[in-house]
Amino acid sequence: MFRILIVLTTGLSAISIQAAPVIQHWQTDNGARVYFVPAPELPMVDIRIVFDAASARDGDKPGVAAMTAGLLEEGAGKLNADQIADRFDSIGADFGTASLRDMSLVSLRSLTDARYLQPALETMTLILTQPSFPQNAFDRERKRALIGLQAKKQSPEAIADEAFFNALYGDHPYAHDPSGTEQSLKKLTRNDLIKHHKRYYVGSNAIITITGAVDRAQAEKIAQQLIGKLPTGEPAPALPPVKMGAQAVRVTKNFPSTQTHLLVGQAAITRDDPDYFPLYVGNHILGGSGLVSRLSDEIREKRGLSYNTYSYFSPMREAGPFQMGLQTRTDQATQALELLQQTLQTFMNDGPTAEELREAKQNITGGFALRLDSNKKIIENIAAIGFYNQPLDYLDTFNAKIEAVTAEQIKDAFKRRIHPDKMLTVIVGAQANADAAAP
Amino acid sequence: MLRNLSRAAAAAFLCLSGTAALADNPVHSYDLDNGMKILVKEDHRAPVVTSMVWYKVGSSYEHDGQTGLSHALEHMMFKGTDKHPPGEFSKIIAANGGRENAFTSRDFTAYFQNLEKGRLEISLELEADRMRHLKILDDEFAKEIQVVIEERRMRTEDEPEALTSERFNAAAHVTSPYHNPVIGWMTDLDQMTADDIRSWYQTWYAPNNATLVVAGDVNPEEVYRLAKKHFGPLQPSVLPKSKLRTEVEQKGERRITVKAPAELPYLIMGYQTPVIPVTDDNMEPYALAVLSSILDGGNSARFAKRLVREQQVAASVGTGYDSFSRLDSLFLIEGNPAQGKTIAELEKAIRAEIKRLQSDLVNTDELARVKAQVVASKVYEKDSVFYQAMQIGSLITQGYDWKLGDQYADKIQQVTAEQIRDVARKYLTDDRLTVAVLDPQPLDGKRPGHSGAANMPLR
Repeated sequence: MFRILIVLTTGLSAISIQAAPVIQHWQTDNGARVYFVPAPELPMVDIRIVFDAASARDGDKPGVAAMTAGLLEEGAGKLNADQIADRFDSIGADFGTASLRDMSLVSLRSLTDARYLQPALETMTLILTQPSFPQNAFDRERKRALIGLQAKKQSPEAIADEAFFNALYGDHPYAHDPSGTEQSLKKLTRNDLIKHHKRYYVGSNAIITITGAVDRAQAEKIAQQLIGKLPTGEPAPALPPVKMGAQAVRVTKNFPSTQTHLLVGQAAITRDDPDYFPLYVGNHILGGSGLVSRLSDEIREKRGLSYNTYSYFSPMREAGPFQMGLQTRTDQATQALELLQQTLQTFMNDGPTAEELREAKQNITGGFALRLDSNKKIIENIAAIGFYNQPLDYLDTFNAKIEAVTAEQIKDAFKRRIHPDKMLTVIVGAQANADAAAP
Repeated sequence: MLRNLSRAAAAAFLCLSGTAALADNPVHSYDLDNGMKILVKEDHRAPVVTSMVWYKVGSSYEHDGQTGLSHALEHMMFKGTDKHPPGEFSKIIAANGGRENAFTSRDFTAYFQNLEKGRLEISLELEADRMRHLKILDDEFAKEIQVVIEERRMRTEDEPEALTSERFNAAAHVTSPYHNPVIGWMTDLDQMTADDIRSWYQTWYAPNNATLVVAGDVNPEEVYRLAKKHFGPLQPSVLPKSKLRTEVEQKGERRITVKAPAELPYLIMGYQTPVIPVTDDNMEPYALAVLSSILDGGNSARFAKRLVREQQVAASVGTGYDSFSRLDSLFLIEGNPAQGKTIAELEKAIRAEIKRLQSDLVNTDELARVKAQVVASKVYEKDSVFYQAMQIGSLITQGYDWKLGDQYADKIQQVTAEQIRDVARKYLTDDRLTVAVLDPQPLDGKRPGHSGAANMPLR
């Protein structure tokens, strides 16, 4: 957990001023960047290794990154999947892998008692350095991935999400589902995974984050043990920039659901975007703060049209999406879509009120402690800071940057960056009525 | 609301039951004169606090024709009191940097706020206010019930596996109120009135039917002082005498099919497991929990090892079992067959695993593995203050002593291979079994993605 530097307690309005965790940072000899936050209170450690090896690196083989990450625990050195699973489970360690669009993750949670931690680290090292990608496991996991794709086809939400990314990103590597497509998975071979691993699971393309009851010397040893022996390799090359939409596009998909799912948005910002803070605070007011946001107020609270309506920015390595969404009974879809559009337009025209801005800042800065109140949240934060090369004092300066945002900046940033007349609209629902939703 | 049947929930509950405080952080317990309980768990790792108010009411307290009342009331609790207009509760919490929400289950309804520690009193004041002074306005209800209906569409109507799960519960529970979905049947939601909600609120929301659970960087005496200040003046109610409707004895296996537009077949099997009284010498609930982990506790458990990897008959398969519940419940197994395999083949493979548990003793390594996982999770769960409060609240609201949480890991350590075999023989029998199968129907005869998809510029 993080250190508390100064605590001012003055009764009801007490505000704790606490420092963010002090992030220690160094590099291994083979170029991996290490981020470490000691958290001595509980006898456990969390380790998260992030490779720039996710679906943005799939190239012409959609799904290869996800399959590579998924197959890591299916065989390593002389161990098969059963033996690997036994090794982790028998000491209560949680091992996992995941692969998104930017990041492929390998993570471990273990007790710090050496009787448990040492074997866990040994198995994890083997997985990272000598995965064997067994052919039989590859065949089986590919079938399971195909089933996973099939499962998405019965969910209107998943269909809408995929259509949104496909249409928004066109031929950019962010366009396709990280799980791949039916056609691409069928063409994949075990060799593709081996190649992907060899190219991207290298020191200079890795971030390793550690938090828990270990000291600096132990953390250095852990980092060295886990990835010190990976070849240095090359960092992944820069991704192509995202082409912004030149005109409004509408995608409709027929689906026999009682609700219509609506997504409206555009490509928007990167992690290091100079407009990040005004856009973040602005979106908090527009649709990022749950029930008190403008979208929720207009669509849910005032009219009862939808259970879940929201907007968010998802900053990524290259421009990640800005998205507004809701789902509503199909015969109300037209009305709901108009409200989404109107609410955005009104917000862009007028900007936030002084009261809205004050309350948003109070919510974001006043809730800062909640962003970092567990090892799990700390490691998520430092992994993102490391992966996106954000400054080590990112968390320390976060609240001040929020406080500095003005209503004018929000209005200006939205005006420059958000283009309601060039947005993508995805409509998934019963066809006849979805068509009727067209203005 | 919480979905009752999902792998995530099942896994969460295993941990949930596997509480156990690190010995140096006991739970402090207080009683107010009006019957309200206060439980405080200190955790000083971060300057935050979780505050929860738990009510002993949920869908299992509802009657036919009125299902969904508890959950709809949960929604209305954000719609204002004499003092605060609709929406202000959330605004105040937000302006104080807080996160808040609520959840309804079969046996409880709970409200929570996560806050920076100095702001606990704000949440106590607001919760005390809405415990007795909720103002249910007709026009607010008229809108909010539509939100609930949309929630039901999103979670159940348009989700084939959730729909199957709902019909499964209705088939597996004949007389028990677990027959009904937490969110309520659509027809009941359509006919619900603001008056129904008012009377449900009047009946159940009172300090003598509530528990305050606070966990985090707090001083227990100070929490008690603040709780007494805000909740102390509230008047208790005369609570209805509970007319418990228990489940009739099952007289043989039941099977249902659910036809819905879908891609993947899906199987749920549930064995009636009565509420097992928790006494010192009764190890059955713990033996069933270990049995559940033998089948589905991690990647090395039997289901993953044998059904997914070795036989490749399941694409996914998992178990669900609650050691503690208010009424008779189920030992659940659910899954999707692997590519090219049928539901029948999956069911056969699952039954073979059950049979094996009934005939052979589990081996020492397997037992040791489950116990190691429980020991580790006992530490891991301390990473979340919210979670610690959840454990305490759910136990006490279902009628258990919160200390059971502390003792859970020790009890699990004592489970023997013989006890596991015995509970498998006693409870996992065909006469106690209900099976539901999702039979996928074409998605409009056309496949989404291949039809109705058109990318075209507007105008």
